[in-house]
Amino acid sequence: MTTLFTDVYMSPRLLAPGGTPADLTTHEQRYGPLGYGDPAALLRTLAESGLTGRGGAGFPAYRKFVAVTDSARRTERAPIVVANGAESEPASRKDRTLLRLSPHLVLDGLQLAAEAVGAAEAYLAVEEGASYLESALAQRRDPVRVQVVRLPARFLSGQASALVQYLSGGPARPAHPVPPVRERGVRRAPTLVQNVETLAHLALVARYGADWFRSAGTPGEPGSTLCTLHVPGREVRVVEAPFGMPVGRLLPLEGASAALVGGYHGTWIPAAEAAQVPLASSYLGAGVLAALPADRCGLTETARVLRYLALQSAGQCGPCLNGLPRMAAAFQTLAVPGPQGTARTDISRWAGLVEGRGACHHPDGTIRLVRSALTTFTTELDAHAHGHCTATDRTPVLPVPTEEI
Amino acid sequence: MDQHIDIDWTSCQGHGLCAELLPEHITLDEWGYPLVDGRPVPPRTRKRARRAAADCPVLALKLREG
Repeated sequence: MTTLFTDVYMSPRLLAPGGTPADLTTHEQRYGPLGYGDPAALLRTLAESGLTGRGGAGFPAYRKFVAVTDSARRTERAPIVVANGAESEPASRKDRTLLRLSPHLVLDGLQLAAEAVGAAEAYLAVEEGASYLESALAQRRDPVRVQVVRLPARFLSGQASALVQYLSGGPARPAHPVPPVRERGVRRAPTLVQNVETLAHLALVARYGADWFRSAGTPGEPGSTLCTLHVPGREVRVVEAPFGMPVGRLLPLEGASAALVGGYHGTWIPAAEAAQVPLASSYLGAGVLAALPADRCGLTETARVLRYLALQSAGQCGPCLNGLPRMAAAFQTLAVPGPQGTARTDISRWAGLVEGRGACHHPDGTIRLVRSALTTFTTELDAHAHGHCTATDRTPVLPVPTEEI
Repeated sequence: MDQHIDIDWTSCQGHGLCAELLPEHITLDEWGYPLVDGRPVPPRTRKRARRAAADCPVLALKLREG
């Protein structure tokens, strides 16, 4: 169960208040009607808003929209728009929470995106809740038809090129990024893939304008973002917070030794430092924040996540296929107190070998986690080398779907 | 315009012919997969680079402009 404390950090923009799903009537009462008919003005407003993708990469939405429109003009093919609600990251709950509470905000955004790029077809891709979303769709009278697609629950299913392959009738596996999906995506048409939260923000930008959007966040990174908070002993929470807010104001770090910022492709940061770090898309990923209590072992946590990440490799790219399982095995050696042999140097070398050598960012994200663990947990590494672990509680903190392993 | 070596990692199976044909740009890692130096291919090497692209058994190596 996920709880919501949406009003703690800012008045909520995206999530329906009270944790009650908003049907179409409630949605329209709350946000007002949506205007269509001027794609050029919508694109201008989107550019002024500075909205960036909320799926993890933080790429400016406007630039992606323009790239897709340009490709469509060049290839004379109508583009396709995909709302990405895959949320394959096991620790993230923000997209499914948004889709459950405010489905119509996402569907509004999807229609606007289709209008802005001139698409006649749209998809909403999710791992769960497809029938709920289909009934939400049935309440609406949208200009562009939307098809809800159920994705296989794999870590890489939500990767844009994997999504595009799947929607084209292939496997949900990442593809070589040349040409990019914005040029050749679903059934070779120029394709705009946007995270569902990005589309929900777009629905509000279209209604209230760029200045309103920029009234939260920082000038460099305007707006707010949904985060999933993991604090051991408490329920997992999804909150909306403005960019620039220190992580410590969102995530209680008393009694914590470190925080994982940005999920399983993210960064371990020592608690004292993490408390001061402002929310920024460069390392926030898809918004997962987790506190590691001082009585737990960060190496054990990392080893468990790494094993999962290695098994979730699509197994297509040699460096990832070879490097990730070896790193995971060596990290398991480090997680157990006792002789470490060459594990540390091996991991560093393999990290260098997988970096940038894959079709998707799975190897790069994985080594970000590995490297930050080796830096943040140095003291614990040395303790393990001397045969003891400082942790007293072995209960896992980070969720890993065991049935997949 | 400069030419760069581009590997389609989803296709590459580590046959290693590219490293034999273009040793000044490509070596093999400990698992047999190409490590590309990232430098542009100079005009005097382009013929061999084209051959490396054509001879790759799975056509995973491409020459990319820019």
